[in-house]
Amino acid sequence: MSEPIIYDLSAPGRSGVNLPAPDVPTAPLPNELLRDDLPLPEVGELQVVRHFVRLSQLNYSIDTGLYPLGSCTMKYNPKINEDAARLPGLAQLHPLADPESCQGAMMLMHELQSWLGEISGFEAVSLTPAAGAQGEFAGILMIRQYHIDRGEPERDIILVPDSAHGTNPATVTMAGLRMQQLPANAAGEVDLDALHEACSGENAGQIAGMMMTMPSTLGLFEPNIAQVIERVQSVGGLMYMDGANMNALMAVVKPGKLGFDCMHYNLHKTFSTPHGGGGPGSGAVGVNARLRDYLPGPVVRRDALPGDAAADDEVPSARYDWHMPSKSIGRLKAFAGNFGMHLRAYAYIRAYGGEGLRQVTRCAVLNANYLREKLRGEYALPYDQTADGARRYCGHEFVVRGAFDDAPGVHALDISKRLIDYGFHPPTNYFPLIVPEALLIEPTETESKDDLDKLAEAMRSIAKEARETPQLLQDAPSTAPVRRLDEAKAARQLHLCCPAARPGA
Amino acid sequence: MSYIPHTAAETQDMLAKIGVASFDELFDAVPAGQRFPTLDLPPAMSEMEIAAEMLAISEANDHAGDFAMFRGAGAYHHFIPSVVNHMLLRGEFYTAYTPYQPEISQGTLQATYEYQSMMCALTGMDAANASHYDGATSLAEAVTVALEVSRNRRKKIILSHAIHPQYREVLRTYHQGKDIRIIGDRGRGELVDLMEMLDSNTAMVAVQYPNFFGQVEDLRRLADTVHASGGLLVVVANPLALSLFTPPGEFGADIVVGEGQPLGIPLTFGGPYLGYFAIKQRLVRKIAGRIIGETVDVEGKRAYVMTLRPREQDIKRERATSNICTNQGLMALAAAVYLSLMGKNGLRQVGELNYHKAHYAAAQIDRLDGYSVDMTKPFFNEFVVACPRPIAEINAALLDAGVIGGYDLAQHYYHLPNHMLLCVTECNTRAEIDRLVDILEGLR
Ligand SMILES: Cc1ncc(COP(=O)(O)O)c(C=O)c1O
Repeated sequence: MSEPIIYDLSAPGRSGVNLPAPDVPTAPLPNELLRDDLPLPEVGELQVVRHFVRLSQLNYSIDTGLYPLGSCTMKYNPKINEDAARLPGLAQLHPLADPESCQGAMMLMHELQSWLGEISGFEAVSLTPAAGAQGEFAGILMIRQYHIDRGEPERDIILVPDSAHGTNPATVTMAGLRMQQLPANAAGEVDLDALHEACSGENAGQIAGMMMTMPSTLGLFEPNIAQVIERVQSVGGLMYMDGANMNALMAVVKPGKLGFDCMHYNLHKTFSTPHGGGGPGSGAVGVNARLRDYLPGPVVRRDALPGDAAADDEVPSARYDWHMPSKSIGRLKAFAGNFGMHLRAYAYIRAYGGEGLRQVTRCAVLNANYLREKLRGEYALPYDQTADGARRYCGHEFVVRGAFDDAPGVHALDISKRLIDYGFHPPTNYFPLIVPEALLIEPTETESKDDLDKLAEAMRSIAKEARETPQLLQDAPSTAPVRRLDEAKAARQLHLCCPAARPGA
Repeated sequence: MSYIPHTAAETQDMLAKIGVASFDELFDAVPAGQRFPTLDLPPAMSEMEIAAEMLAISEANDHAGDFAMFRGAGAYHHFIPSVVNHMLLRGEFYTAYTPYQPEISQGTLQATYEYQSMMCALTGMDAANASHYDGATSLAEAVTVALEVSRNRRKKIILSHAIHPQYREVLRTYHQGKDIRIIGDRGRGELVDLMEMLDSNTAMVAVQYPNFFGQVEDLRRLADTVHASGGLLVVVANPLALSLFTPPGEFGADIVVGEGQPLGIPLTFGGPYLGYFAIKQRLVRKIAGRIIGETVDVEGKRAYVMTLRPREQDIKRERATSNICTNQGLMALAAAVYLSLMGKNGLRQVGELNYHKAHYAAAQIDRLDGYSVDMTKPFFNEFVVACPRPIAEINAALLDAGVIGGYDLAQHYYHLPNHMLLCVTECNTRAEIDRLVDILEGLR
């Protein structure tokens, strides 16, 4: 049975809320400015509850099962953080509160800024970007402005590897710069020859910078990272790191120390803030000294107060205030970012401490390598070796080829859909684009060995079915709330709004 | 260790299966000189300690739970029915990712479709997307659509100064890399002044409704004039005000954007909020971000899916007009639950409560010596009060008495010293309003 649309549960005169009568005299309404009709549904409270609970049951989620969606870091979202987010001093705090009325919240933001800086080796951090893509946008705008201020506005090329996430090239265009794509070499790494060529001759003076993902979107550590950074910076370009994959790097390497000038964090990946079925996120950005004055604002600044504060707990030792960096690229959204995500990330870092975060990364990488070994022989593992043929380990995720030479009708998508029948969320499909039939698998550190064994078993069994009963895969899923959808129809005959929501309906 | 389930024995088994003796070997591709730094962070805490620490931080803030709240200016303290939070806490909703696999994401997809539908109902528009980051970025994305519609031939963007100052800042941040002119908001321009700036180079005009000062203006003539010049009219609307006032779709807006926070989303110090974005049918393919459409599965069963996907960054890459990927999905769910509960009559009732309480407060304040409110222009739940003293002084005195006062307009409008923007919602009781009025009276 499908769940009806909310409008189908509507009956005139029904209501799902209990509101107070006005306790003030009423004022005349300006009739000429009023609307005639408000086509919202009329549904009782219990019916609304059942409707959304039943809808929730049509979803797969981390709370219900393993969610190995590569590049998305679908780790457990701690429940205590949800409780914290609902404390009245955080949930009911106005963003335009006077600073003396929100010192607790500003302290939290200040600490988070400095912890994120410490984790990645950057001088300064701004928490304002709302998601990874907005962090990228901030980074590229900063790089752009940096060159303009140095009298080199002609630097307008950003190099982007062909394995990059789609937000990287889209960001470059949005910032008004030009994207130049760099091919990968046979090992899935940045092709150094191509990089040298891009940084030579006339092009060299036009390079604004390069965006790189670390580990790469294939889940691989770039062995030549030092050379790549050196090469781009030697011609005057700046290095941007897409930090979506930070779960592989905590206490393993600090991107700022490697020489990156700027990166974004995905608090909704590495730092466990929930994805919410598509958002919200937080894409905080970190920068080194040359870009710190360009950060998007406001950031929180701490001023130590005079006196021996340590002696008396009641007297605050510092005052926190908003600060707009002197050459700031500006505001990226109203107010100061997705604070609800900041506080969850704060509580998460609090739970682990520095050594704990090292263990997070270790176990994330352990889980990925373990699962990869379990699948070896069953699925092709592209880029399994370094350029000189040596064995290599993956980071927190890895790619398998979701196709088999002896099962020509079966595609990565079919394997994914069949995994649903086995009770798992599929991996990321068809990304990165440089691997045909890619399945990008990221188990995360919060999955147990037992569950990884079960996933490996399911994938093995599907590999067998692909040869013996391919139709099972092509028809999958058969156990989900709906079967495969007619996506072409959705795009051709656009139905984006329930007819009952239209005026006069 | 906190949220990691591995036992020591399992870890050893797994390392053995991989064929390494220690974790460290897994990282041999990382440059040796930079490998394994120490992170200088505070030590790990137990759950009990985290709970205590978060409570202490919470209590170090003055919030609407303890104070009478009269501040709005883009973020509003409204009643949120208990059901909304319970639905947001369903793990199946909040721990899911973007619905890339529609067969196991129908909950998110249908709820988002319902959200889109109810936003169409409120705004009077034909289609709404699944969300942008907030009201400000929705407005910035509207500029991109307007430029695209003119195929980047029109290069002028006209803004009313009565749009939220931070929204205008964000719009300028977004478009700093483009060869366009953004004008209109440097002075005190009225709607007629904006109309005079219109020409064949104008891609769009944007106004706020009710405007930043709380006033509800008749925008019909503006809409006609903008259209006569071939540009788009973009309206930044408070969706709760649309419970009462004519929806922008009815007077000709081409795009309606705004902040969905008043629809069941707590203040949370500025985010996460909900950028809504609604558009007319003829422009629907220009919309950025995720959008959910109805379709059927192979057995003909009704189902929902992300549609018009080829516009998006993962497919169009450097030719995409926006890089948005993660949006504010869960906040759209909050709005969907809120609007479902409120329904046609409840939302209207909330709108009227806001209206009546704000008008009561305004009338009381206008009567005070030294204070004045322009009662001749229609407003919703916010209004400007001319005060006898600097607002910082007034707000400090109010805070001492347990009241969070209005927004100091002089921060952004230099011609408005000693003016505050007050907000009164259904949450403010008559007793709170009377207390506010009493304190103001003593502050002449
Ligand atoms: C590698 C990579 N970069 C960037 C992003 C964009 O981040 P967000 O979705 O938070 O905007 C993602 C997430 O999908 C990603 O996987």
